[in-house]
Amino acid sequence: MTDQPVQRSGSPLEVRGISRRFEETVALADVSFDVKAGELFGLVGPDGAGKTTLFRILTTLLVPDSGSAKVLGLDVVRDLWAIRARVGYMPGRFSLYPDLSVEENLSFFASVFGTSIDEGRAIIAPIYQQIEPFKDRRAGALSGGMKQKLALCCALVHRPEILFLDEPTTGVDAVSRREFWDLLGTLKASGLPILASTAYMDEATRCDRVALIQQGHVLAVDPPAAIAARYPHPLIAVHANERHKLIQALRDYPHAKSVYPFGDEIHYSDARTGIAPDNIVQELRAYLTGRGFTDVRANSIPAGVEDAFMELMGQPEPVVKVAA
Amino acid sequence: MTAAIDVKDLTRRFGSFTAVDSISFDVRQGEVFGFLGANGAGKTTATKMLIGLLAPTSGQASVAGFDVSTRADDVRRHIGYMSQRFSLYEDLTVRENITLYGGIYGLTDAEIRDRGEALIRELHLESSSAERVESLPLGWKQKLAFSVAMLHQPAVVFLDEPTGGVDPITRRQFWEMIYTVAERGTTVFVTTHYLDEAEYCDRISIMVDGRIAAMGTPIEVKQKFGAATLDEVFVRLVRPAGTQTPQHT
Repeated sequence: MTDQPVQRSGSPLEVRGISRRFEETVALADVSFDVKAGELFGLVGPDGAGKTTLFRILTTLLVPDSGSAKVLGLDVVRDLWAIRARVGYMPGRFSLYPDLSVEENLSFFASVFGTSIDEGRAIIAPIYQQIEPFKDRRAGALSGGMKQKLALCCALVHRPEILFLDEPTTGVDAVSRREFWDLLGTLKASGLPILASTAYMDEATRCDRVALIQQGHVLAVDPPAAIAARYPHPLIAVHANERHKLIQALRDYPHAKSVYPFGDEIHYSDARTGIAPDNIVQELRAYLTGRGFTDVRANSIPAGVEDAFMELMGQPEPVVKVAA
Repeated sequence: MTAAIDVKDLTRRFGSFTAVDSISFDVRQGEVFGFLGANGAGKTTATKMLIGLLAPTSGQASVAGFDVSTRADDVRRHIGYMSQRFSLYEDLTVRENITLYGGIYGLTDAEIRDRGEALIRELHLESSSAERVESLPLGWKQKLAFSVAMLHQPAVVFLDEPTGGVDPITRRQFWEMIYTVAERGTTVFVTTHYLDEAEYCDRISIMVDGRIAAMGTPIEVKQKFGAATLDEVFVRLVRPAGTQTPQHT
């Protein structure tokens, strides 16, 4: 809410060993990471990973069982009122008033923070200009992508010093998702640190750094390219027209570590170490030709974040519980 | 043999707004058909007509051999449906959900028992069958919801964004379940925002502004647009060159 940069020594967000249970369910287990100044940081994991619980703790709506977190240098338990005035938060569920117009929603959120649309105009302008033609429309009558943009404006209108976005692109089509991340890139360029969560693995690559999170545990924290580069197995993309048979054949191959469909290809990882990927490619081609496939394409490829995530998460457990 | 889903000039208007504008397609028995489109393109309206929840303004559609306008009750008896939002009762146990839905579908007690046991075994939920559904991870809920939607062995199953938010391994396991039911002869009609999943369908259609703008096998659709990926096709259809902001809201 101030035009002067706040002087502080640490990162805008510091999360240290946060744990939280709901009865016997572990929502968060010893979660730690930092978001640095000007960083677009992604919290990447499926529904139920604990992302929303963490956002609620960081926005002072929920208290952790243990651990601590500092937002803009302020403690999330002790300094809750100071934090609330200075953060922008877009919750996962549509949080606007459906019966108010676009402009009325924005005015309302501005007034709650003691400011006005005009004072916040500079920061919201690149987003607001896309929905301004519909400013008299009821928020409830907007399309999914437009609702997200309005919600983002409402989270920004009081000029927060850090932005928390909980699954801003869930349920939004592929094109609108891409446009939303383009907008976040613009905001980040203005120096605003952003923590955004997503269940879409492909969105990890839009972030400077990500934390992969699964069942309350952080699996990795790093730039997405670094996480992908640590993938430990040779990885081969295989293509053939009879994909269902191809999956079965690859799973039968004695050295298969994992076999997963990826779009029109199958990603095959090999359990052996110290063997050149090109040799595995040759072997697979011979093996699949022997199994009657006539149109096999196989190439060694670098792993992506989704390959890495699946490797790190292992097999999911049916029910997550701790001893009572 | 008639198609499992047969749609001809199907149209739905709301006042002056045409949500679904004379769409035609058919889906054969045992096919996995991906029904894609941007938010607001008309997918939900079209799907509601196909499952007998919304009357068409004009045109015809038959599902599992029954006309959706005149035989909506028969349509609903012969289809399964699951969506990301509504599927199971969270505060009932796994087994209670199976019993409830088995009853709603008109199965006998013996059928509910036998199919329920088989379902729990196939999903490896033996140790969780007395747990409330809310305690299951999302991916398992979705697999259970799909199995429950198949309990009455419907001719056609409608899956509305079944894998949204599901982890990447469970998402792929879900698609193996889709293949399994399709191989047994059930027709699968599925919507998704994951374009990699569109590649797993036998055929897809892409809706834009109430109309079907592309249809065919994933390979055919990519070839027709000279695109390397379905993602590229989707972007080109939804945001024609030069348009920065959406054409409709």
